[in-house]
Amino acid sequence: MRRVLDFGLPAMAFGLLIIGGVVGLAIAPPERDMGDVYRIIYVHVPAALGALIAYTTTLVASLVYLFKSSWAADAIAESSAEVGVVLNGMLLITGSIWGRPTWGVWWTWDPRLTTAAIMFFAFVGYLALRRFVDAPEKRATWASVVAIIVYVDIPIVWFSVRWWNSLHQLQSSPNTIPDPMMKLALRLNAFALLFFFLWFTRQRYRIARTRQRVELMEPPALAPAMGGTP
Amino acid sequence: MNNAAENTAASMSVARTPSTTTERERPRLGLLRATFGIIAKDFLLEWRGRARINATIFFAVLTLLLFSFAVGPHHAILEQNAPGYLWLAIMLASVMSLGESQRVEAENAALEGLRLLALDPRAIYLGKSIVNMLFLMALALVLVPVSIALYGTTIRAGMGPLFSPLLLGTAAISAPGTLYAAIAVQARARDVLLPLLLFPILIPGLLAAVKATSLVLTGDPMGELVSWTMLLGAFNVVYWILCGLLFGRVIEE
Repeated sequence: MRRVLDFGLPAMAFGLLIIGGVVGLAIAPPERDMGDVYRIIYVHVPAALGALIAYTTTLVASLVYLFKSSWAADAIAESSAEVGVVLNGMLLITGSIWGRPTWGVWWTWDPRLTTAAIMFFAFVGYLALRRFVDAPEKRATWASVVAIIVYVDIPIVWFSVRWWNSLHQLQSSPNTIPDPMMKLALRLNAFALLFFFLWFTRQRYRIARTRQRVELMEPPALAPAMGGTP
Repeated sequence: MNNAAENTAASMSVARTPSTTTERERPRLGLLRATFGIIAKDFLLEWRGRARINATIFFAVLTLLLFSFAVGPHHAILEQNAPGYLWLAIMLASVMSLGESQRVEAENAALEGLRLLALDPRAIYLGKSIVNMLFLMALALVLVPVSIALYGTTIRAGMGPLFSPLLLGTAAISAPGTLYAAIAVQARARDVLLPLLLFPILIPGLLAAVKATSLVLTGDPMGELVSWTMLLGAFNVVYWILCGLLFGRVIEE
């Protein structure tokens, strides 16, 4: 199982990405209004999905840690949050690159964009907290608490930005994807990034578990002394 | 032999007593009384020093002054942006005030003492965040006349309607702020960590507070004030409950 995953996850990720890239860049037709520029969607939308899945994984793992005090859950929360921040950063960068030719601006106060940006900073704060706390139990508990608070903020941010921006002209999003090849490319890339997420998170999880083992290990000099006292 | 058996029985009963739930619950004060106790303690502590409120007020007024230097002496722009500057000053100053409120607990292991009293952690949370809210509210009430003087703001709807966005906005800062300050004060680089954690999640609260304040100041022809106040209220309900529930886990040993 271990070796299957070791080999299978990156193979699936790269395989799907290559096929998806070929379908998206060469086979799928250009979009009616935007021409070839739209093709960045094949990275942009999968990144958004991946980030959302990663943050949700962090939330679930944090809840599990708070109720069960499971170190594995803490390691999962840390790993998936880190991969989520990377995907979120990718989302913001591709969004900006796409926004410039289609909307004429690098940035707009659209609810989705703004929410993505705020989540990026909120989870960077979460990762910073993990770096700034040395005691493993405290770090895990506090990080879980912060992850829950941040995740709960996502819908509130979205609604508030939508209302706040409602007086300005809302940027229309491109029409839904009509061509089957476009759909196929999008799906292939979405799964490719999902496998990348799983692969990266798994690798990062191993590092986190190794660190935990070192941190939680009893200092060898203390062990007999502690065993000696009743 | 008999003596030894009695001893064992006595020590067993002693050992058993604290573990039964009724015995553990008894020394607890009621939630309300404990909360008031914490509030009274914090106010007494502040009254004896008066350092926190003074420093916070001067810092916030200075921030308001800095905004006008950064923007330049354009009265129209300053007046239009006054609610934004006011809330930014409150938010920046809140980091100092929140940090200070938890620093007094971290010093000399004062929090340890509170825990030993077997207080409900929710009472500690509620007490501390209510004090933080009242502090920020006092700060806001000082900053409003200052921003009127500096930016030439006029309050069209009167002081009464201004009260509710100020109160809800400062409550929105203190709810997650108190919890985050309790975390940050025990971490390394706490002065960096608190704003880094707090500011991103406060953004919806800030948006709603600025909007509501600006509608009170400049008039509300479209009747939007109610929906912004409700959003601010919802933010408060969510975070006061959530942080109250989670606070126990943050201060546990």
